[in-house]
Amino acid sequence: MTERKLANSQLGSLEYDPAPESAAVARLAPSYGLFIDGAFTDPSAHVQFASINPANEETVATVAQASAADVDRAVASARRAYESVWSKTTGAERAKYLFRIARIIQERARELAVVETLDNGKPIRESRDVDIPLAAAHFFYYAGWADKLDHAGFGASPRSLGVAGQIIPWNFPLLMAAWKLAPALAAGNTCVLKPAETTSLSALILAEILQQAELPDGVVNIVTGDGSTGAALVEHPDVDKIAFTGSTEVGRLIQRSVGSSAKHLTLELGGKGANIVFDDAPIDEMIEGVIDGIFFNQGHVCCAGSRLLVQETVADEVLRRLVRRVEQLRVGDPMDKNTDVGAINSAAQLARIEELSAYGEREGATRYTSSCVLPEKGYWFAPTIFADVAQSHRIARDEIFGPVLSVLTFRTPDEAVAKANNTNYGLACGVWSEKGSRALWVAQRLRAGVIWANTYNRFDPTSPFGGMRESGFGREGGRHGLEAYLDV
Amino acid sequence: MSERLDVRKTYKLLINGAFPRSESGRSYEVTSFAGEFLANVAQGSRKDLRDAVVAARAAQAKWWGATAYNRGQVVYRLAEMAESRRDELAEHVELCEGVKTREAQAIVSRSIDRIVWYAGWTDKIAQVFGGSNPVAGPFFNFSVPVPSGVVAVIADQDSSLQGFVDTVLAPICVGNTVVAIPSERRPTPAVLLGEMTATSDFPGGVLNIVTGLSDELAPTLAAHEDVDGIDLGGLTPATASELAAVASGSIKRVLRDRPDPAASLRRLRAFVETSTVWHTIGQ
Amino acid sequence: MSTAPLRLVTIQDHGVRIPSPSTLPAIESEAQLHGLLASLSGVDAVGVEARAAKLATRSIKKSTKLAAINLAISMVDLTTLEGADTPGRVASLCTKAMHPDPRDSSVPSVAAVCVYPDLVAHARKVLGTSSVAVASVATAFPSGRASLNVKLLDVREALSAGADEIDMVIDRGAFLSGRIGQVFEEIVAVKESCGNAHLKVILETGELVTYDNVRRASWIAMLAGADFIKTSTGKVAVSATTPVALVMLEAVRDFAETTGRVVGVKVAGGIRSTKDAIRYLVLVNETVGAAWLSPTLFRFGASSLLNDLLMQRLKQQRGAYVRADEFSGD
Repeated sequence: MTERKLANSQLGSLEYDPAPESAAVARLAPSYGLFIDGAFTDPSAHVQFASINPANEETVATVAQASAADVDRAVASARRAYESVWSKTTGAERAKYLFRIARIIQERARELAVVETLDNGKPIRESRDVDIPLAAAHFFYYAGWADKLDHAGFGASPRSLGVAGQIIPWNFPLLMAAWKLAPALAAGNTCVLKPAETTSLSALILAEILQQAELPDGVVNIVTGDGSTGAALVEHPDVDKIAFTGSTEVGRLIQRSVGSSAKHLTLELGGKGANIVFDDAPIDEMIEGVIDGIFFNQGHVCCAGSRLLVQETVADEVLRRLVRRVEQLRVGDPMDKNTDVGAINSAAQLARIEELSAYGEREGATRYTSSCVLPEKGYWFAPTIFADVAQSHRIARDEIFGPVLSVLTFRTPDEAVAKANNTNYGLACGVWSEKGSRALWVAQRLRAGVIWANTYNRFDPTSPFGGMRESGFGREGGRHGLEAYLDV
Repeated sequence: MSERLDVRKTYKLLINGAFPRSESGRSYEVTSFAGEFLANVAQGSRKDLRDAVVAARAAQAKWWGATAYNRGQVVYRLAEMAESRRDELAEHVELCEGVKTREAQAIVSRSIDRIVWYAGWTDKIAQVFGGSNPVAGPFFNFSVPVPSGVVAVIADQDSSLQGFVDTVLAPICVGNTVVAIPSERRPTPAVLLGEMTATSDFPGGVLNIVTGLSDELAPTLAAHEDVDGIDLGGLTPATASELAAVASGSIKRVLRDRPDPAASLRRLRAFVETSTVWHTIGQ
Repeated sequence: MSTAPLRLVTIQDHGVRIPSPSTLPAIESEAQLHGLLASLSGVDAVGVEARAAKLATRSIKKSTKLAAINLAISMVDLTTLEGADTPGRVASLCTKAMHPDPRDSSVPSVAAVCVYPDLVAHARKVLGTSSVAVASVATAFPSGRASLNVKLLDVREALSAGADEIDMVIDRGAFLSGRIGQVFEEIVAVKESCGNAHLKVILETGELVTYDNVRRASWIAMLAGADFIKTSTGKVAVSATTPVALVMLEAVRDFAETTGRVVGVKVAGGIRSTKDAIRYLVLVNETVGAAWLSPTLFRFGASSLLNDLLMQRLKQQRGAYVRADEFSGD
């Protein structure tokens, strides 16, 4: 085992004064109920739990724990709304509701960004420039589909499924809500959404937005809670469709549970994305892309480029530049507008990252850790690169879901493809080469749902996203994303 | 107490985002359906059309170069502006078309909903009209729809608002820029809509409106060699045939259909080209 | 002018195994130069623009902002390059260059004034022994369309009139038609004529158009002996942009690592606001680091920028926006 702390460099020595965003912009209530049938209601068991700011371990607000009885109420409300209102609402009218929601998200963008950062720990720059604008764009895009379903390629007048149960993760809370709700509503379904236990707040602000948009009561219901709430939703007999984004572990359980029913199912699960770097890659932009691929959102990204496969001829040069670049990342207060890497979302996630990183060292990989100073309170993990990683190492196989990159090498395009595909996952990969024909050759052979060439972590509402193999099935985004919510 | 005297408006052209009078200094009298004086509307000239085509050409690359998402937002913004001035639009539709108040309001509602429909198309055209082609060989081959360029529109003579919305927004939303001649006898709803584009983030030159006499103006556009497509739907079948022949001089794309009361893809396809790219695949 | 001591993060710091940097061999033929340029990595336009845009979101506040404004003032090459320039105009510019804000002695002087060769003597006279250098554009600025003899004569006249720094233009026509040997030789010849004077080589990136060209032209200039590489003349439609500056900063960084020689960067044309200037300083800070955050290695070629820097400086001190007429219009 070798560990080296990076030397302090002069890079970045124009010290930036703190430029904190104001937490007051969030305007949060001290506690939130469940959003059922168009109104916030108390949970039946009157249990509230705290939503913690992972950057300082303070409570941001308390959130209701929904029981099976509450889930039942929410599903009943969604069913009623489906039968009496939403299934009779024309596509053009559904479109106008979705356009309204998109616009209100744009209007309340700053507030939502602050809430997201307080609750999740991600840098305000990312919630402001990525999460919130993309969430609005998603509603805007699917609004346009609501009255054009005949042209979506699924035949004339495709029918909706009914009530959709949607369970989303904590890494992009509002964005994942948008990915789930927008296509479901456009296609004519009603929804029961279960946000992640640690990041419910932006979904609850979204509930307020749905009220402002005057979306008919019950069309969207939001039930907060832990895994038991999600299980109650999955097992509910009156739910027609389950859409889940989260870990492969939980995805397996859901598929087993749903398997015995007639429910439709789509799963967007884990990944161990390979970023393949050829020796003719545009080097500076590649370094930025690889850094962004693993350190964006603290590496809490299912499609993160967590494995770097680099051609041996340039391996040393690439590693040298990566290590230098990691040292420049600004780690710290997520509310500071200049922060690049924020807090780990929870103590549990931090423990998992620490455990897997320890494996990396034990297994003999060379560890490079940023010398950044971490805050004392909160959950933090310094950006880390492991070099000399072998395919058989756990850090090359298990999803770490944190700011940890494993670097491996290859000699030929065939070997790069073989190593990239040598995983149970199949969500996303990157290819870096100035030679277009090679990038396409590699892309054609990768078993992954999304392949980025000379870029990484690009998301757009028009572009389908989803995995192969144990990264799940079904697509979100684009024309293909409608299929998950249509009876076709 | 006497009733307050109205402040009246001059109805002007829309060229390159500005509202000039006709360079010719002319105007013509427009009356309501009932025959009462409505306005002295600018009577555009051939030189006004020349300027409008120059503006449309200059704006085309930028409009097509904007993201489809951005174009959708701009068109949707027009719907928001139209909604906030819907009473004014309805009043003019009622005066121009001679319909009852309720029907005029329904026409305005349908027109605004149609704008919303078009707003949703900007980022879906490529997904519906384009796609990848499985050619037999080591190639990645895909086709994307691209706009024809500058499209001239002689708008419907009867349907002063809904017809105008349809004929003008279909080519705009696929990325063309437009020079439009509104209904000759019923031009004011179109002029109002033009004013709304100026507050909807439409870049100058994307929509240009030259009011005037169709018989005088349409032949200029049909013959103009820097116009890529022309919608002759607002002319009589005889005139349309004659001008279609003129338009063949520069191989213009020609549409002669009157606007369809129901939304259809036909108008969206009329001024779209298909661009196909082949790229090799290999190690 | 001496260069600041260079301290880059090197591979040795991190124990990564890689051959140590070696000095490049002297360029002896155009073919050799072609080969060297071919070995440079390409630039992905989407990526470099995204990186520049991301760095533009850095929020520079409070004491950092004041420090950045002072630094930017000290980096200005206060420029007048008009056909209507007169000795009187140059004299008032020089006065302003030495004391940008005569009421506040804590405001630093600018780095240099930049004028046409025939006005160098006038500038020299006003500036005397002050710290402000006289820079002169030469080599048939801005087009560079003249014989080498004419260009060298232009340089010599500027130098004999007292110029400390020469801003030359490269032959973009030669570059774009592949005669890179000629581009290289001209820079070498001008550098020889410069003697101890500092040579800034203007690439005119707006005419080179692609980022790949900017990277290659940067290397040609540095290999030929440039002390500075400079973006633009300010006389064509497209002047300095942040992605172009980023590519040039990457080039000086890589050149320093490869050869050990440190080259400066000057951005010129269209930089009018404090906000723009700070964006460039952030680029410098996060691409090449602190060593370049000095007038010896980074400059702004500008005229109206100085007054905006002074206004923003006063605003930082007073806490309220100030009117433009607080400062002289020179």
